[in-house]
Amino acid sequence: MDFNIVIAGEAGQGLKTVEAMLTKTFSRHGYYLFSTKDYMSRVRGGHNFMQIRISDQKLEGPDEGIDLLLALNEESVEIHRSEMNEDGTMISEIESDENDIVYIDAKGLAKDVNPRAVNTVFVGAAFKIMGLPTEEAEEAVKEHFADKESIIEDNLTLLKAGYEAVEQLYNLKGLGKKDDRMVIDGNSAVGLGALLAGLSYYAAYPMSPSTGILHYVASKQEELGIVVEQAEDEIAAINMVLGGTYSGLRSMTGTSGGGLALMAEGIGLAGVTETPIVIADVQRPGPATGLPTRTGQGDLLFAVNIAQDEFPLMVLAPKDQEDAVYQTFRAFNLADKYQLPVIILSDQFIGDGSKTIKEIDTSDMKIERHLVDPAEVEGEYKRYKYTEDGISPRAYPGQLEDNVVLSDSDEHDEFAHIVEDAETRNKMVAKRSKKMAKLKKEDLLEPDYYGPEDPDYILVGWGSTAGPLTEARKMLADEYKVGHLAFNDVWPLPTKEIEAKAASGAKLVYVENNAGAQFDRLVRSETGIKADYNILKDDGRPFSGREIYRRFKEEVSK
Amino acid sequence: MVDKNIYQADRETAWCPGCGNFPLRTALSEALSEMDLKPEEVTMFTGIGQAAKMPHYIKVNGFNGLHGRSIPPAVAMRVANPKMTVIVESGDGCTYGEGGNHILHNIRRNLDIIHLVHDNQIYGLTKGQASPTSMAELITPVQTHGVNAEPFNPVRFAVGMKASFVARSTVGDREHLKEMVKEAKKHKGYALIDIFQPCVSFNKINTYQWYNKRVYKLEDHDPTDHAAAMKVADKFGDEIPIGVIYREEKPTFRERIPYLKDKALVDRDVKVEDMEYLIKEFK
Repeated sequence: MDFNIVIAGEAGQGLKTVEAMLTKTFSRHGYYLFSTKDYMSRVRGGHNFMQIRISDQKLEGPDEGIDLLLALNEESVEIHRSEMNEDGTMISEIESDENDIVYIDAKGLAKDVNPRAVNTVFVGAAFKIMGLPTEEAEEAVKEHFADKESIIEDNLTLLKAGYEAVEQLYNLKGLGKKDDRMVIDGNSAVGLGALLAGLSYYAAYPMSPSTGILHYVASKQEELGIVVEQAEDEIAAINMVLGGTYSGLRSMTGTSGGGLALMAEGIGLAGVTETPIVIADVQRPGPATGLPTRTGQGDLLFAVNIAQDEFPLMVLAPKDQEDAVYQTFRAFNLADKYQLPVIILSDQFIGDGSKTIKEIDTSDMKIERHLVDPAEVEGEYKRYKYTEDGISPRAYPGQLEDNVVLSDSDEHDEFAHIVEDAETRNKMVAKRSKKMAKLKKEDLLEPDYYGPEDPDYILVGWGSTAGPLTEARKMLADEYKVGHLAFNDVWPLPTKEIEAKAASGAKLVYVENNAGAQFDRLVRSETGIKADYNILKDDGRPFSGREIYRRFKEEVSK
Repeated sequence: MVDKNIYQADRETAWCPGCGNFPLRTALSEALSEMDLKPEEVTMFTGIGQAAKMPHYIKVNGFNGLHGRSIPPAVAMRVANPKMTVIVESGDGCTYGEGGNHILHNIRRNLDIIHLVHDNQIYGLTKGQASPTSMAELITPVQTHGVNAEPFNPVRFAVGMKASFVARSTVGDREHLKEMVKEAKKHKGYALIDIFQPCVSFNKINTYQWYNKRVYKLEDHDPTDHAAAMKVADKFGDEIPIGVIYREEKPTFRERIPYLKDKALVDRDVKVEDMEYLIKEFK
């Protein structure tokens, strides 16, 4: 069972409310969900849509073709008509003789009850058409509009009105609530991972599509007693976060490409001052303003080369919403262990999209701050003490009695004082690079491999393409011996697995959401290994498994 | 009183002989000593420039960050540790030029900090270009026919914004400067002191003599009277007033985050178990 629902209309029509109610209800009926958002950078008007794919099997990405369209305006019928599956149905306020359109007088039904709740008529109609009862939807309405008694009542009335106005067309049935699952969007997932890791200070400037992280952590700040600061610009945000860590707080910022560009110097400062910070870059297509509300993987090489000269830096890319929680948690521990900036490369596809995932398991999560034990500091504290592994004892001001803590942007000596001599410079560069060597040895994640032991083709991806690639591999498995290599850590680049796979003679097919095959270029520059094929997409839209399958057949196995 | 030698304000520096930064450092160490603050009880955030090297030349906690970005890192210290005395210190180019956006918004935040700006009306470290406070007639290797913009009057700007404490002082009167620093510390909220500090190498107009001839101590001025403060702030030229120009008690940044109360965020003890309820909210 695989059913694709699209809710379409213009900005300001309340698509989000519809999506929230549907998502919750399907989830409680025991379905797996995968939802994506396609919206324009505007407050009202335009054309926006959300896709909710549901199945009794685990879902890894969006699919093409629409089974049920909730057309909240007339335009949506025309825009999405060509994507309708053969047995697909459109719910619309257009009176039509065509048998794929179910007419509903939503505005008429809502007029005397509550015109603002008109969308709920569509929700009611959708459940009837699909063959699902409304009890779970009623619960979802009550939760969504909690503390607004009269609004709940209006919505329940309209839910029922919509339900009764149409005929059942499908037979979906409830599968029973599953307790070991949750539904989460990628931005909240990054925020959740950070809060689990003990985030105390988040400073950011709002920027699509990263703002969801800011909103989520801000919604928790009072109950957790943490501080979320809206900075005056991204330059302030990154420097605030540096000050946060320096002051002893686990600190993080989030942005998208343009904001990351403004943060570049600050990330270099984190490198030279050895200040652990976490930066989430929720990618959108660029350059400059680009496509503000859409997805891409075009920031990879920029992130890896984020600031002038060289310094220890880690870049990792979550594969999906579930992974985003664990990877963000891990990012904080690694930042603290190696005293370096960690960039999390997420994107709009997973950031704005929601997925049914296994409930997050915290049993292996341990907060590791790696701060100095004051008892071990003898004499004058050396913030940048030379050590075997390059990691110096890190303290925050006020932590040590009779000792001050100094951090410096200039090249410095062990006490953090400015120096210009070549000898100290060489020693400090060597000290910092030792940390990278240790990280590579102890903590770098090699990519996961899925598929046969002797593949003819290997689909290579990083970050958020993992889901669609999983679905594509399964579709291709009937016809080809094809594997999938999914990278989490992209900088420093783990090279063992890709080298082994390349040596096996399998053809490497890189699949990336960018125009210039950036990961291919990165792997090539680090290992000399070249892609045999590149399947690229840079139109701001995510891949679906079906699309990769089709393009594999068109471009690889011709 | 803490022994002022503890701040080691006699360390070797990269400043030019005769630089106005020297008397400023001395005044600061004397003020810290008289305020009875131990080095570990003070954190200084600086940008880049000759002035911004201060935490290397005086012993306190220090975060010597980026050019123009002396204030943003200080914001977190205010929530992390309310007991810490926070000084932000940098030059006029760093503070009013590269970092203009930050001073604007941090006056709005009203962080409880002492903000010392070394104002020598020139770029020293990059060898003598105009700064935001340079006078129109200043000729430099870049401003070959004078400055193409009007000088920025930081005091007028800050009083105009109703910054909660605005003062002007000069290294030519070390005792006055020391008293201003102590006043700023006493004040609850953001406290700007714009400090005349001659650049002996590059600024041949705004010299010690130039300042000394023009500055006068404010008398019979009510710094809580905003209209009067605006008039005083407007004075810059033949007569330059020094002293506390404007003062207004208002809620600080921390006080606007009521749930922090008097807690130091740095003492927050987090366990993953305590956060697990967040996971359940997504079910």
